[in-house]
Amino acid sequence: MLTHVLKRLALTGPVLLGITLILFVAIRLLPGDPAVVMAGDLAPGEYVERLRHSMGLDKPVYVQYLLYLGRVVRGDLGRSSKSFRPVAAEIRDRYPYTLQLAVAGMAVAAVLGISAGVVSAVHRGSLFDHGSMVMALFGVSVPVFWLGLVLILLFVVHWQVLPAGGVGRPSHLVLPALTLGASAAGILARMTRASMLDVLGSDYVRTARAKGLRELAVVLRHALPTAFIPVLTVLGLQFGSLLGGAVITESVFGWPGMGRLIVDSIAARDYALIQGALLVFATSFALVNLAVDVLYTVVDPRIRLG
Amino acid sequence: MRALGTAILVLVVVAALGARALPFDPIQLDLSQALDPPTWSHPLGTDELGRDLLTRIVYGARTSLGIALGAVCLAAVAGAGFGVLSGYVGGRVDAAVMQAVNVVLSFPAVLMALLLVALVGQGVTNLMLAIGLQAIPGYIRLVRGLVLSVRGHEYVEAARAVGCRPARIATLHIVPNVLGPMAVQSTFLVAAAVQLTSGLSFLGIGVPPPTPEWGAILAGGRNYLNIAPHITLAPGVVLLAVLLALNLLGDTLRDALDPRTRV
Repeated sequence: MLTHVLKRLALTGPVLLGITLILFVAIRLLPGDPAVVMAGDLAPGEYVERLRHSMGLDKPVYVQYLLYLGRVVRGDLGRSSKSFRPVAAEIRDRYPYTLQLAVAGMAVAAVLGISAGVVSAVHRGSLFDHGSMVMALFGVSVPVFWLGLVLILLFVVHWQVLPAGGVGRPSHLVLPALTLGASAAGILARMTRASMLDVLGSDYVRTARAKGLRELAVVLRHALPTAFIPVLTVLGLQFGSLLGGAVITESVFGWPGMGRLIVDSIAARDYALIQGALLVFATSFALVNLAVDVLYTVVDPRIRLG
Repeated sequence: MRALGTAILVLVVVAALGARALPFDPIQLDLSQALDPPTWSHPLGTDELGRDLLTRIVYGARTSLGIALGAVCLAAVAGAGFGVLSGYVGGRVDAAVMQAVNVVLSFPAVLMALLLVALVGQGVTNLMLAIGLQAIPGYIRLVRGLVLSVRGHEYVEAARAVGCRPARIATLHIVPNVLGPMAVQSTFLVAAAVQLTSGLSFLGIGVPPPTPEWGAILAGGRNYLNIAPHITLAPGVVLLAVLLALNLLGDTLRDALDPRTRV
C-alpha cells in the first residue's frame, strides 16, 4: 500500500511541474514584453523594471522558468494589474468561497446521485428506476448557467423562499450548490446504478442472501462497499468538473469565489491574476486526484493487500 | 426517447440551415418592441433589444453548433494523429505524449478553455480553436488506448509480416478499427463543446455581441428574469433539448457498438 501511495506521489510531481510550465509558456506566447504583459499597461515604470529583473528576462529561458518556480514556491504570484494587490492575497480572499461551493456541490451530487443509483439498481425496471435515470440524463445534459437561472426564477422570483445572491448564511449556498451538483449527481447516479447491478449479480451477494441476511444488510454492507470503488474514481474526476462549473455558477449567483475572479481578470486582461488563479485551480485538481487515489488504497483491499 | 432525440437534432439542423427563410433580421434592433412576450408575429417574444427571439435562436444554432462541430473536428483529427503515433510507435514517444496529455488533463476543461481564450482572444474562430485544442488530449488518450488494444491483433501482425510499412498499417488497418469508439466520443464531445461555447458566451468571453449565440442570448435575458422570463427560458429549452438529443445519440451509438455498456 505504501509503495502505491509513494508511486502515486512521485507521479504527481511531474504533473505539478507541467502545470507551472504550461502557465509559464502561456504568458510568453502573448505578444509584447512579458513584464509589461504581467504588470499591465497602467503599472508604473519602476515596478515594470523591478518585475523585469525578478522575471530574469535578460537571462536564458530555463533560468526564467526556474526563477518563476522559485517565486511560486515562496508564494509570490505577482501583483494584479487591476487592483495592484498581491495575487496571492486576492486568491486567499476568494479561495475559501470556491472551496465551500465545490464541497457543497459535491455533497449534493454524492447524496442525490449515489442514493438514486443504489435505489434504481435495487428496484431495477421500476417506475423509480426509469424516472431517476431520465432525471440523471437531464442532470448530465442541462447547462449549469441555465439551471441556475431557472432555479432563481422559481425559488427567488416566484416563490421567494431563497436568496439569489449573497454569502454567509446556509440559505445562500442552497441554490448555487444544487446548480453546481446537478450534473455530477446525474453522472454519479448512472455510474452507481451500473456498478451496483454488476455487484448485485455476483456470487458473494447471492451467498449473503442465501444465508438469510436482510436485503438492506445485503445492499448496504455487502454490495455497496464494492460498488463504491469505481464510483469513487468518478467522484474524484467530477471534482475537477465542479471546479470548472464553479466558474459559471459563481457568475450566475454573484458568488465571490475564484471563478468570478478569473472571469473578471480575463475581461481586464489581468494576466498575473489569470496565471496565479489557474495555477491554484489546477494544483487543487491534481491534489484532489492524488487524494482520491490514496483513498482508493484504503477502500479497495485488492490494492491495500496486493 | 432516442427517436425523439434524433428528431430534435434533425429539426435544429434543418432550422439552422434554413435560417435565411425567417422574416426577421437576427441583429437589427427595434427598441419599440423590446421585451415583448410571445405573440403571433413573434412566437417566442423579443429580446431586451427588440429582436425576434426565434430568429436569434435559429441563427444561434448555426453559431453554437458550428463552433462545436468545428472544434470537435479539429480535436478528432489532431487527437487521432497523436493517439495513433503514441500507441503505435510506443517507447519514448508514447511516454512523452502521455506525460503531456496527463499535464493538460490536470486542467478542468472550462479552465483550459478560459486560459486559451485569454491567450487567443474572443471571437468565433478563436473560440472554436480554444475549445478544439482543450479537447485534443482526451482524444489522444482514447485513441492511444484503442491502438494499444488493436495493434497486437493477428491481422496487424499479418500486415506487418507481408511487409506493410508502419504508416500503411496505421492508416489502413488500425485507424478504421478505432473509428467506432471515436464516433461515440465525438458525439458526447459535441454536446460538451456546445455547452462550453454557450457557457463562455454566457460569461461574456465567448462569442462577442451582436452575433447570435445561445449562451449570449441567455445572458442578455438574465437581468429581466422577473419581467421577461421568455428570453431566458426559450433558448435554454432549445439548448437543453439539443444537449439531451446529443447525449442520447451518444448512448445509442455506444450501445450499438458495445451492448454490455447498456444502462
